Amino acid sequence: MPPLRFPEFRPQATVMLSRVAHSLYWMSRYIERAENISRLLDVNLQFLLDFQGIEDNFHEEHWDSILASLEDRALFGTIHGAADSRNVTDFLALDLRNPNSILSCVNSARENARMIRDQISAEMWETINELYLYLKDRSATEIWATSPYEFFQDIKRHSHLFQGLTESTYSRSEGWEFIQFGKLLERADKTTRILDVKYHIILPSVEGVGGAVDTAQWQAVLRSASALESYHRFYVHEILPWKVAEFLIFSESFPRSLHYCVTQIDGFLCKILAESGTRRRTAAGRTASRLLSDLQSLTITDVLKQGLHEFLMDVQKSLDRIGDEVIQTTMFYPVEVPQEEHQQQQVQQQQ
Amino acid sequence: MIGSGGQIRPHYRRLTERLNTLPETDFNSRRAAVDLAFLRRGVTFTVYNDSEGTERIFPFDIIPRIIPASEWKTLEAGLIQRITALNLFLDDIYHKQKILKDKVVPAAQVLSAKHFRREFMNFSVPRDIYVHMCGTDLIRDHDGRYLVLEDNLRCPSGVSYMLENRAAMRRAFPNLFQSYGVRPVAGYADSLLKALRFISPRRTEKPTVVLLTPGVFNSAYFEHSFLARQMGIPIVEGRDLLVSDARVFMRTTAGLMPVDVIYRRIDDDFIDPLVFREDSVLGVPGLVSAYREGNVALANAIGTGVADDKVVYAYVPKMIKYYLDQEPILPNVPTYLATNPSERKFILENIAKLVVKSANEAGGYGMLIGPAANKEEITEFRKKVAANPRNFIAQDPVMLSRSPTWCDGSLEGRHIDLRPYILYGEKITVTPGGLTRVALRKGSLVVNSSQGGGSKDTWVLQGEA
Repeated sequence: MPPLRFPEFRPQATVMLSRVAHSLYWMSRYIERAENISRLLDVNLQFLLDFQGIEDNFHEEHWDSILASLEDRALFGTIHGAADSRNVTDFLALDLRNPNSILSCVNSARENARMIRDQISAEMWETINELYLYLKDRSATEIWATSPYEFFQDIKRHSHLFQGLTESTYSRSEGWEFIQFGKLLERADKTTRILDVKYHIILPSVEGVGGAVDTAQWQAVLRSASALESYHRFYVHEILPWKVAEFLIFSESFPRSLHYCVTQIDGFLCKILAESGTRRRTAAGRTASRLLSDLQSLTITDVLKQGLHEFLMDVQKSLDRIGDEVIQTTMFYPVEVPQEEHQQQQVQQQQ
Repeated sequence: MIGSGGQIRPHYRRLTERLNTLPETDFNSRRAAVDLAFLRRGVTFTVYNDSEGTERIFPFDIIPRIIPASEWKTLEAGLIQRITALNLFLDDIYHKQKILKDKVVPAAQVLSAKHFRREFMNFSVPRDIYVHMCGTDLIRDHDGRYLVLEDNLRCPSGVSYMLENRAAMRRAFPNLFQSYGVRPVAGYADSLLKALRFISPRRTEKPTVVLLTPGVFNSAYFEHSFLARQMGIPIVEGRDLLVSDARVFMRTTAGLMPVDVIYRRIDDDFIDPLVFREDSVLGVPGLVSAYREGNVALANAIGTGVADDKVVYAYVPKMIKYYLDQEPILPNVPTYLATNPSERKFILENIAKLVVKSANEAGGYGMLIGPAANKEEITEFRKKVAANPRNFIAQDPVMLSRSPTWCDGSLEGRHIDLRPYILYGEKITVTPGGLTRVALRKGSLVVNSSQGGGSKDTWVLQGEA
């Protein structure tokens, strides 16, 4: 093992353990992820209701494109056969074999929150715990028998409640920076995937670009990002594919656009790594800075020329790199010990 | 609750009146609200049956256990006396061993104790305090006398339930509290932090104190994070700490920060793989060297386990006389030592009438309740005791006092014990209250949470009723 190098200790009002910082980061990311998956599922289930009965493989292709954009198609294939609304909901909502299912995300968020519950407000903890208890005893059959809409609504509401409570009960400290950083990184990532869904969709042959199905699909994209109303306020006229892409990539004011998220990410990154926006010292800082300047200077024409899918893939890669590098820089951990033995020893201590 | 003549004891009278006026549906909805609150707040412990752990709430009975002021005064004096003597004993054992030389306690019993740490002979702990926090298990016998069942001097747990139970009861019966004059328990965390700061090697206004937990899989993790939150100190795992030049540091996002005091909830065996169990992944390599150099304080000190060994327990009344020249205020439960040949003979002959306990087990494990055991169990324990007498003691079964408990729709008597919490800092304080554990299974005498036990709020009154 190479010798560990530690930065000089900077005395400050509040001190945060590296492990705590990372739990805050992951707690926040997982909650945001659960919300995004819920929205994506909710919108697309509703979208497909309008296309009952037309072309047998239409539904399957639609779900395939969503699984592809989430990079979950391979895993899905090992568990289920052809994709349909039922088994995709099961897979994305409640399957613990899928590490990105809503249930897996909420479990992970709660496990992180549990580790650091002395650090977060009682309200934040109780909201996550409530969501966990709510999901714990659900089955896909039951959700389908009652109302999937209500189910997704409940998850989104808990996520919103959590984020609102964080905003109003958590001190603006280093922990806050990690929470926001995690949330925004996840949000930007999911926006790229929501946009990318459309790349994977094969249009029904009769109708072409600009037809009714195409428009409905772009509308679903906007709703998956909670962006339909904002889009309409911004572009009063009808839904045009390149305008939708432009809005979700370049909007300066919409809180789920890539531009908006990356601006915020860059700001929190500067604080976390204690560096200035002009001269970046770290690899993460330089990656963020480069990504931000792309989003500030490129136009939708440039993006379409390069290819929307390729552009989104590049953004995803940059976001991954930023996340990984921040973890590396703020984490002074030795090699991890084997989990199972660690657990067993933890269990033994009790008087 | 019920006195010897069958009448309701005076300090329970008002509670009974209040409960009688409460419609059953109202009572049930309050019970349900309390349970739900525990679940939502995550006041849970983890039970490990197989590899998967499940979180449970600690079953809670909303009928409180009430202790009038005069009764508490005796308890408090007895507990302070006991922890003072135990602390003097530890100091003696790890230095001059006068009590052994004077043959008040047999040297062989002490030096053979599993938790005796000879590595720490002649090591002086900060402020000469070994036991900073102690949870002593008490029971009341059929005459209403309190007896000490055992001392927990290593990492006693349960104090968070004392505090959370109180919070739950205040929500369920706000008015009753005001009129009853129940003494508050909320000062515990504050006193604990003061006691921890008191032993800081660095004499500064605000030393850095941390709580060292085994981690999130430990069944008491809720308690660790609860106490850390109440005290406003970081909760750390072994991997969050490192030792460099015999100083302990924690890894923060701003670099390495020096640590002065560690409230550790990890056993001695696991605390430093360089000194004790080398396979420990919970501890901090080098921690003991920093401790020896006097650069960091540990609470409780290393090696306190020798004094809660159940064989050594039998000698505590003698210690009190020896060190303090006082009569013990709280007696022990009559105890027979298997190491003593005549007592061993008595144990082996009467095993079916006795309670037999291993010297170092906790949590209600490794014991035999003779009157409730079957033939095989008795034969097995008889063999064990004969083969390894140092590891066993026996006690007369004590009919634990009973307290009315809500069981499936009606009030029934269930056996209870009491664990008050004692803190030893600049002075010794006993929090007025404690954890009353209740054996929820009918007739059962085992109150441990891992074996079907629950708990009650414990009210210590300002007055008598």
